[in-house]
Amino acid sequence: MRFSALAALIAALAIPGFARAADAPAGALSCSGCHPGAAGVDTPAVRLVGLPATDIESAMRAYKSGARAATIMDRIAKGLGDDEIAAIAAWYASQPK
Amino acid sequence: MTHSTHRRGFMAGAGALALATPSLAQGAAGRVVVIGGGFAGATVARAIKAMDARVAVTLVEPNATFTACPFSNEVIVGLRGIEAQQFGYDGVRKAGVEVIVDTASAVDAEACVVTLAGGARLAYDRLVIAPGVDIAWGALPGYTPEAAEIMPHAWKAGAQTLLLRAQLEAMEDGGVVVISAPANPYRCPPGPYERASLIAWYLKTRKPKSKLLLLDAKDAFSKQKLFQNAWKELYPNLEWVSLSSGGKVVSVDPAGLVLETEFGKHKANVANVIPPQRAGAIAAAAGVADRSGWCPMDPVTFESTLRKNIHVIGDAAIAGAMPKSAFAANAQAKACAAAIVALLNGRAPAEPLLLNTCYSVAAPEYGFSVAGVYRPAKGLLNEVAGSGGASPVDAPEATRALEARLANGWYNTITAEVFG
Ligand SMILES: Cc1cc2nc3c(=O)[nH]c(=O)nc-3n(C[C@H](O)[C@H](O)[C@H](O)COP(=O)(O)OP(=O)(O)OC[C@H]3O[C@@H](n4cnc5c(N)ncnc54)[C@H](O)[C@@H]3O)c2cc1C
Ligand code: HEC
Repeated sequence: MRFSALAALIAALAIPGFARAADAPAGALSCSGCHPGAAGVDTPAVRLVGLPATDIESAMRAYKSGARAATIMDRIAKGLGDDEIAAIAAWYASQPK
Repeated sequence: MTHSTHRRGFMAGAGALALATPSLAQGAAGRVVVIGGGFAGATVARAIKAMDARVAVTLVEPNATFTACPFSNEVIVGLRGIEAQQFGYDGVRKAGVEVIVDTASAVDAEACVVTLAGGARLAYDRLVIAPGVDIAWGALPGYTPEAAEIMPHAWKAGAQTLLLRAQLEAMEDGGVVVISAPANPYRCPPGPYERASLIAWYLKTRKPKSKLLLLDAKDAFSKQKLFQNAWKELYPNLEWVSLSSGGKVVSVDPAGLVLETEFGKHKANVANVIPPQRAGAIAAAAGVADRSGWCPMDPVTFESTLRKNIHVIGDAAIAGAMPKSAFAANAQAKACAAAIVALLNGRAPAEPLLLNTCYSVAAPEYGFSVAGVYRPAKGLLNEVAGSGGASPVDAPEATRALEARLANGWYNTITAEVFG
């Protein structure tokens, strides 16, 4: 269908970096308060879009356990369940860069 | 703003596509009207388009240029220009949102129609009310719109921010600046303390014989230990007067620049009155504000508990443990967008998981934060036990400097997502 293909394209651009916003698991869209969806934003926080799921997941687990030093991620990761972390990691990994 | 060339090219492509949106009207999955183009409203409008581009989204906002509050305390003390706070709506339009520059003046919740000051009538399937705060005129005796021209609140960014800055610049060295902070709830819980810190920094570096008095209607406040440590270390010129020491301002006299507390009168050379607030007036007009002046809503759908098909997000909402911050407004907006798209498509909305982080800067290169993770529970958004909290009190200088840089990074990130 022509309409739905166009709709999908517009959706992909409505929030840069979030091509699949409709499928975002709980919590995933809060991360982009700090981790930019778009490329080229001036911030020390890295883009999560397109990172391998295993990298995101292992980093989050390390922040949660305190094994990895952080200014803020330890406080955030402690509020998330392991299944939630896995879903968020998989979703970011699936976003086209 | 930090737009790379790559990004500009990307958005130009999006603009060309958005021109084609009217052809989608036949396939539209519903009509959403959003009142207020701030952190909450602009985010929900484009998030709905991101999740289901077939939904027709109209955003109503009276200002063609938005002026952001976060970092406006830095504008007041000359660390930043007001331009760094200002954003147009081209990015929102390019996302496929129809933006109408006007004020929503009435809502007919039965007929599902919004009336604009200019006379236009907009029908909706779902309405989002995100008007931020209004000053609760009348709540502080003596504090009127005219008084605010003499004793600025600077709690809505723009002309008020620049007025307070001009007053500070004009003040002679040896003067007394008085800030009054309100009782909870109000926009940006750590905001008055960040402002006090930065004004104390300004006085210390530019007008070293001057003093700052912070009169407070509370005994406890956000990131208190961190602020008080910074004050002890950096600002002997700053005195905080808590509620129980007589800090609550009960009336103001703009003619004499006097603030009266329960314990006495304070004459100021510059007076910054941060007054009591309530949800933007349209919320009460629409029937979604309760007697507190704020808007109760369902924490899963953000739908008003007082009016069907109307959602309330951002500062106007009663969000339980979530503070009134731009970060929270943006996070709520994305969860609200998901709920609205689900409802319009006949699906059950999923339980959201929300984050908040508020960075504060007590001096250039001296930042810290408070974070929280929130889930719906018993009709409110509750903080997840064992998570969140404030930066460590004993963090080294390098961490404070890093958090100050992260604060800037947060601002660049969120404004790029909302307005870029
Ligand atoms: C000094 C200061 C510092 C702050 N610092 C931070 C910070 O560091 N981090 C942080 O997260 N938050 C910060 N905040 C808080 C932040 O500014 C607010 O929480 C945020 O703006 C709330 O978003 P909102 O969309 O609810 O309201 P707003 O951003 O105020 O947007 C509301 C919009 O609705 C429009 N509107 C109102 N009525 C109508 C109507 N009838 N019709 C149409 N449009 C209407 C208004 O014009 C406005 O543009 C700070 C606030 C202040 C005052
Ligand atoms: C308040 C800002 C903020 C929010 C919100 C936030 N992050 Fe982070 N994130 C950071 C910062 C800053 C770092 C660097 C470590 C630190 O200082 O805490 C980081 C680091 C990370 C890293 C490691 C990246 C790397 O390879 O170096 C991952 C993965 C990550 N965050 C995932 C997430 C996820 C998932 C969420 C949402 C659930 C999230 N973050 C929300 C600020 C944030």
